[in-house]
Amino acid sequence: MPSFSHFFETLTGSTNVFIDAMLLTLELTAVSILVGIVIGLFFALLKISNVKVLGYISDIYVYLVRGTPLIVQIFILYFGISGIFLLPDFWAAALALAFHNGAYIAEIFRGTIQSIDQGQMEAARSLGMPKSLALRRIILPQAFRRALPPLGNQFIIGLKDSSLAAFISMNELFNVATTLGSNNFDEMTYLLIVAVYYLILVAILTLLVNLFEKKLAVSDR
Amino acid sequence: MEEQKTIVRIKKLNKSFGDLHVLKDIDMKVLESDVVCLIGSSGSGKSTLLRCLNFLEKKDNGQIIIEGEEINPGTQDINKVREKIGMVFQHFQLFPHMTVLENIIEAPTHVRKIPKNQAVEEAKELLVKVGLEDKTDVYPSKLSGGQQQRVAIARALAMKPDILLFDEPTSALDPELVGEVLTTMKELAEDGMTMVVVTHEMGFAREVGDWIVFMHDGRIVESAPPEVFFSNPREERTKEFLKTTSLK
Repeated sequence: MPSFSHFFETLTGSTNVFIDAMLLTLELTAVSILVGIVIGLFFALLKISNVKVLGYISDIYVYLVRGTPLIVQIFILYFGISGIFLLPDFWAAALALAFHNGAYIAEIFRGTIQSIDQGQMEAARSLGMPKSLALRRIILPQAFRRALPPLGNQFIIGLKDSSLAAFISMNELFNVATTLGSNNFDEMTYLLIVAVYYLILVAILTLLVNLFEKKLAVSDR
Repeated sequence: MEEQKTIVRIKKLNKSFGDLHVLKDIDMKVLESDVVCLIGSSGSGKSTLLRCLNFLEKKDNGQIIIEGEEINPGTQDINKVREKIGMVFQHFQLFPHMTVLENIIEAPTHVRKIPKNQAVEEAKELLVKVGLEDKTDVYPSKLSGGQQQRVAIARALAMKPDILLFDEPTSALDPELVGEVLTTMKELAEDGMTMVVVTHEMGFAREVGDWIVFMHDGRIVESAPPEVFFSNPREERTKEFLKTTSLK
């Protein structure tokens, strides 16, 4: 193990490189979560629709994603899709992560949508609201609020999963840490440093989710 | 006296859930400004009948004629029909993420598409009517059951329906809160609102009802004006039912 003074010196000495890497990690995470929410909502709606075939499509998507390792999905998108048309590395990684997060987010949304009392939909419909309007105005806002705690969890997983983008040579946090570590024959120090960065990012993310949860909880007070 | 308009006419209505035949050849009529009380023991089909009236349950066969027009979910826009048929639920079903005011203006602004300030004006008048004008900006979770149900009534009224359906509106309430909801309903009836009420409140049915419909085992066993129904029932089943409910 490195001494504390050595760890601290290396930490402060490498901030420039790590800040850049952290920004890339954040970009990857932000894109993959935002796109993942859109994908997730889309497949959750397919799943709860009355059309069976659409439900099956959603099932297959979730099964494929949950049934294969993320690193395999990233490689398939990186090597496979890039062979068909040119996909910038960033987008190969971001889309693979989004595609992956989307399946878990779809399951979160499906669960919370189905957890809303059916009477809410009936009340909305009895007021003359079409189903799509009732979903948008009545069901989804409530489902989204209930989804926040598990979503926050998924965001944290998504943030840490972005480290796998290192394997398609994205210079995000993990990649920078291992590269610097082996270049300086000092792996452990850099791994500890990168752990600190991840901990800080997760702390910020947790704080944001908690704030958002509190803001949406007004109606319970 | 001029003849009352028929708001709802039901002919030979049948409905099954799987093997369970819950509504058997129901014939019924609701006249304008009348209060029809549907009574009967649990499982007799009265709630299902009520839910068929605004198509929350799909009938198997028979006719549902509303204001002279036969309604079929396949051919008519059910949303348009539902705008004219308000419904009040046993468990209120207020939208928990919206304030009292937002609950009431939701459908008028998004379905009837009236301007928001007009909807707010109307909502405030309705809140005065149900005696909750001081709760405008409160969330439903802060209200008692009786208050929630009165907001639910105001919400249904905001669509200016021609008829209001009540599905056991006081069954989920603490006993001391039942009165305030029944009073609101009675005032509505006095204003001339057409109402169909599924209820276990015999006192309410006797006092406010214009017509009592007694159901048993999916059939309408007896229907009569309350004076006749409660003091001089014809059917054996009705006598038994009245005897058990008066024991309370």
